Amino acid sequence: MDKGFSPVGLRVLVVDDDPTWLKILEKMLKKCSYEVTTCGLAREALRLLRERKDGYDIVISDVNMPDMDGFKLLEHVGLELDLPVIMMSVDGETKRVMKGVQHGACDYLLKPIRMKELKIIWQHVLRKKLQEVRDIEGCCYEGGADWFTRNDETHYLGGGEDVSFGKKRKEFDFEKKLLQDESDPSSSSSKKARVVWSFELHQKFVNAVNQIGCDHKAGPKKILDLMNVPWLTRENVASHLQKYRLYLSRLEKGKELKCYSGGVKNIDSPPKDSEFSSGHQSPGKNSYGFSGGSSLIHKAETDPKQLASSSVSDPSDVHMPPKAKKSRIEFDPPISSSCAFESLLPWSDVPDPLESKPTILYESSFLQQQPLLPSQSPYVANSAPTLMQDEMKPSYETCVNADAFLMPQDKNSTVMILQDLALPTPYAMKLQEASSNVTNDTESILRSLNWELPESHHSGFIDTDLDFSWIQNEHFLANTSGNFQNFQFQDYSCSPSLLSELPPHLWFGNDPDECTLMVDHGLFIS
Amino acid sequence: MNTVVVAQLQRQFQEYLVSLYQQGFLDNQFTELRKLQDEGTPDFVAEVVSLFFDDCSKLINSMSRSLGRPESVDFKQVDSGVHQLKGSSSSVGARRVKNVCISFKECCDVQNREGCLRCLQQVDYEYKMLKTKLEDLFNLEQQILQAGGTIPQININ
Repeated sequence: MDKGFSPVGLRVLVVDDDPTWLKILEKMLKKCSYEVTTCGLAREALRLLRERKDGYDIVISDVNMPDMDGFKLLEHVGLELDLPVIMMSVDGETKRVMKGVQHGACDYLLKPIRMKELKIIWQHVLRKKLQEVRDIEGCCYEGGADWFTRNDETHYLGGGEDVSFGKKRKEFDFEKKLLQDESDPSSSSSKKARVVWSFELHQKFVNAVNQIGCDHKAGPKKILDLMNVPWLTRENVASHLQKYRLYLSRLEKGKELKCYSGGVKNIDSPPKDSEFSSGHQSPGKNSYGFSGGSSLIHKAETDPKQLASSSVSDPSDVHMPPKAKKSRIEFDPPISSSCAFESLLPWSDVPDPLESKPTILYESSFLQQQPLLPSQSPYVANSAPTLMQDEMKPSYETCVNADAFLMPQDKNSTVMILQDLALPTPYAMKLQEASSNVTNDTESILRSLNWELPESHHSGFIDTDLDFSWIQNEHFLANTSGNFQNFQFQDYSCSPSLLSELPPHLWFGNDPDECTLMVDHGLFIS
Repeated sequence: MNTVVVAQLQRQFQEYLVSLYQQGFLDNQFTELRKLQDEGTPDFVAEVVSLFFDDCSKLINSMSRSLGRPESVDFKQVDSGVHQLKGSSSSVGARRVKNVCISFKECCDVQNREGCLRCLQQVDYEYKMLKTKLEDLFNLEQQILQAGGTIPQININ
């Protein structure tokens, strides 16, 4: 995968109880230069898939299997392994096809199947990989990354000692300066008046959005009014809002499919003031989140007392005991961002084996959005700690359960996930495995995209060494320094390195609906 | 190599194959199957149709059992068998067999045992007929090869 995606050698698992079809499909797929594995039973297929988690790129299955309903298999594969699944049948009845789509099939082929149909199944694999990349990019937004690194830097440098107010002050001043520069036309430090969504600014934004409520009516104008930031324009807010929505919905999707780390508990210290407070570990707990400025990563279910207190003044919080530091690591891309999101979920109280999984960059991830999924205004309440902490839980719940929050196909997945909550452990473990695979894939994808992150970026999962992450964060900061703008989410549909082996006209955009969605969403300003 | 003999055999082959299409025994899927055959797998088509005929035999037997006793017909099972047969026949381009399956399904849907039995009989006849025809075709192929010639690729419109 390092060299980029290529249809050749695509690893296909074909499942069909009809031996004639199995033989034919095998031949056809081999002619497409794919690597084919055949299987006559659904259970056998599942066994094969589970055995080699990363062994297949795509599954093609007949709808009618003797031992298991094809749709059930589809669900399993989608949930557990997050592989694209194509359904086949000799029956083309609309409701059957619809059922397939509802269960998450990325395509539905009618038998007899033609070569030309099989020749292009790789697009589904590519599409999924691109989605994964988008999730990764969610962690690297200009402003967000900036906060993160700045905050981490503070902690890191503070390492064990009290973080001096002086340092914080410096950061705050820096941020202020940025804002000033942006808003001051005469400023020489910025060539164009581009808004840097600093943590503070974003917090205002979030507060405003929360005030308006968890519905579709949170429009840029209203938000702007509530924010009361004189130099900010409605356009700034609109574009930020759009990104925010997309980010949230992507988080939701990513969370469902990749990272079921329901119980990650974040601790943030509510900031007494708008300064960045250090993320810190809640005493006695193993998880924490990036609390850049606190409320961002909010954990309603964690110790309210903690939230109420000012972390700044609390030495133990700020202190960052070594244990906390260790878990701090992340900057694990897609999964982490999902995890941050996880912590905000009401059911993160469920004991979770991935509890130690750090949550991070909720905010930074968000700011890195992918213009793919239409997001609606419901979003996790990232209000300042002063705001309705208590309210957050229920409002969040509402938001999560709101169908509006998810894309139609995500809806189903969410439902399934929620149902699985009863057994978080095995499922979470599976997802953990799945997500580690995702990490690896995304790592190589990132490389192929020449992403400006150090190689060490996807160092690992949970137990990465803290120093390591610091280095990478600093590195990241160094890379970005005056160039935050470059890290703004790019439409990576134009990433040449990723799609190097495909002729340009086959690049992103195979799915016309998807493209449309992107475009439409750009106009979606309520 | 006797080129005259080869040419003759090739023509015979072509005519025979075309007639099978014209009489509705085969459809486009069979053409696709032939295209898939290559030097690496020279018996591909023969192997596939052989699998198909085995499948037919099995399915017809089990459906026959299900329809056997008038008082306890498992139409669900029959329906499932018809569905599988339909899928199978579509894989090799057995057009007539597939068409019988369509009627067969209709009889199943209304639980018409008599109708089902008739369809069953017909499907049995059709698959055996096709089996004979294809055996003849493969024989012609063998003769061409033995005479040193190559099997013509025929495009059927």
